[in-house]
Amino acid sequence: MTAARITGISFAALIAATLASAASAQTVYVSNEKDNTLSVIDGKTMAVTDTIKVGKRPRGITLSRDGTQLFICASDDHTVQVFDLASKTVVHNLPSGEDPEQFALSPDGKSLIIANEDSNIVTVVDVPTRKVAFQVDVGVEPEGMDVSPDGRWGVNTSETTSMVHWIDMEKRAVVDNTLVGPRPRYAQFTKDGSQLWVSSEIGGTVSIIDTATRQVKKVVDFHIKGVAKDRIQPVGVKLTDDGRYAFVALGPANHVAVVDAKTFEVKDYLLVGRRVWHLALTPDQKMLYTTNGVSGDVSVIDVDSLKVTKTVKVGRYPWGVAVKG
Amino acid sequence: MTKLRLIRLLHSVSLAALGALLLAGAPGTGAAADAVGEIRIGFLSQTPEPPPSVANPDEPAADDGLAGATLAIADNNTTGKFLKQSFLLDSVEVPPDGDAAAALRDLAGRGDRFIVVDAPGATVEALSKLPEARNLLLLNATAPDDALRGSACAANLVHVAPSRAMLADALGQYLVKKRWPRWFLVTGRRPEDKLYADAVRRASKRFGAQIVAEKNWTAESDVNRTAESEIPIFTQAKAYDVLVVADEVGEFGDYLSYRTADPRPVAGTQGLVPTVWHRTHEQWGAAQLQSRFKASAKRPMTARDHNDWTAVRVVGEAAARARTADPDRLIAFIQSPDFTMSAFRGAPLSLRPWDGQLRQPVLLAADRSLVSVSPQEGFLHPRTELDSLGYDQPETLCKTQGKTTP
Repeated sequence: MTAARITGISFAALIAATLASAASAQTVYVSNEKDNTLSVIDGKTMAVTDTIKVGKRPRGITLSRDGTQLFICASDDHTVQVFDLASKTVVHNLPSGEDPEQFALSPDGKSLIIANEDSNIVTVVDVPTRKVAFQVDVGVEPEGMDVSPDGRWGVNTSETTSMVHWIDMEKRAVVDNTLVGPRPRYAQFTKDGSQLWVSSEIGGTVSIIDTATRQVKKVVDFHIKGVAKDRIQPVGVKLTDDGRYAFVALGPANHVAVVDAKTFEVKDYLLVGRRVWHLALTPDQKMLYTTNGVSGDVSVIDVDSLKVTKTVKVGRYPWGVAVKG
Repeated sequence: MTKLRLIRLLHSVSLAALGALLLAGAPGTGAAADAVGEIRIGFLSQTPEPPPSVANPDEPAADDGLAGATLAIADNNTTGKFLKQSFLLDSVEVPPDGDAAAALRDLAGRGDRFIVVDAPGATVEALSKLPEARNLLLLNATAPDDALRGSACAANLVHVAPSRAMLADALGQYLVKKRWPRWFLVTGRRPEDKLYADAVRRASKRFGAQIVAEKNWTAESDVNRTAESEIPIFTQAKAYDVLVVADEVGEFGDYLSYRTADPRPVAGTQGLVPTVWHRTHEQWGAAQLQSRFKASAKRPMTARDHNDWTAVRVVGEAAARARTADPDRLIAFIQSPDFTMSAFRGAPLSLRPWDGQLRQPVLLAADRSLVSVSPQEGFLHPRTELDSLGYDQPETLCKTQGKTTP
């Protein structure tokens, strides 16, 4: 009996050790909007191993499909920088259009679709040739971006217009628009592409849109005891690949909501740092990182236990986050 | 007498884009296949002549206010093109001694049901009582008079600008939070200064501060020449934490800082100022509005520009949300609890049903830095913390409470 328990324990320890070694290869990149830097965090030790100077006002960041490069929206330099992870240098710039804020990479890794916040357009860049493929007019203050897993749709949310604009990537045109709650900040397709989740910062909600009909089928509301309703301002959304959870960063409410992605019920609210905006899951989906702008740190959430396990201090106003497996 | 200006931004700029989008089709917006809905917004402005004694180093731009409304029309049209809605601004500038009623009749005659009024409180009140204004919605963009929201309130009148009580409460909360509860109140010569001072007194009572000393500024001399000798004597008072000044036209308030007998900060109409907008404000997406405005007006956005921007956006946001261009339905929707909008100050704006005041956060700004945003943390309210600023439902003096617009 005792022996069996000991075996059980050491087996668990062994698994933990294995997981830790798997995680050791993970590196977390965080853009610091007000420092013009990138913080590099070792996924195993949770220590900041490097702080690298990049372009002005870095916001959205995303990894190339092969994981060797990081695309960085350098908003005040009006460019997307391509950062080589091995040499830690900016290898070249992409013609992003003015004031790029967020972007999304197509599933084939060849098109980067970029929100140009000041000029009410979306720019699509062909990554291999580094040329603008096309631009489309959208609503006021374009922000959230995603591409459907089948590559058919590029979507953009416009903050002041409060719409999702559906860009047919083949026709290179906006062909449909869906009105959502005020100030939509972020959009993410489910892994199967059947739904699009969109956060509304001022509406305080997340809309779940049916991709086939482009109609809102569900609106998720949030309530945290002791937090005023108007402080609940959803921004970043991350869905787990297994369709279990949606994590929603609630901005100045300083919590991340855990939503059951099947029933749309809110399961829990996890207390993180101040003004939580963007989220990234590790490739193995075991950890979730959050950028907390006002407290200048990153919270680490264990997905299985739904517990905040660590806080890592980074630069001023951390904005975007990406994890390399 | 009145100068007329017509701004038809949509016709020149957006028609091509609109056509392209219509061809592409917009089935998801629920806008159906009906014709483009045109929404006309009147813009009636009247700028009082500044008193001759004021040496203002920052001469206001000729399009102060109008530039905000113009940008909002463009913003409304960018959204409107996806919903088959177009917005027009009919702008009328009434001279200080001009006939505002005639200007309003003229705008109403063109079919404008929404009139943004950027004028002194007396003009706003007179316009709201005109028989021709009965089925209009007047959006008071700039007049801060609490009486307009109280005894003189009207069912056809909503207030986009915060009232003096809201401004004073926003400042008062911050001073109390800083534990600077002893205020020395200095009031200017003009009637509006007395009203500002009343609002400061009310705030002191609400938040547990004290007016420990009060003085009225009566000097007739050119303060620019005499400040260094006069103000140290004028500001001798018993122990206080902050000098709160009520000088709306800026006759002397700017000369108080650094010249007081005791080393104390100045706040109120000068110094640390409660306001809806400031050029250093960049949170909650404000940076985007700042740069959008700068690109179109070639200068920073002022509080007056922002108030007028908000007033025109109220109509645009309502049209997008209610998905209609029908003025009656829009007026009802704006005054309903379902109406909220974002205005780059964090919390959503909405209308107080008891007096038609737009709830809103208030910035506290110094010349070159944003100091804080009220309501301050800890000033709680069961409905929304925004209702800790200004006249709450139980205190309202508005008798048309609950009455709807015809």
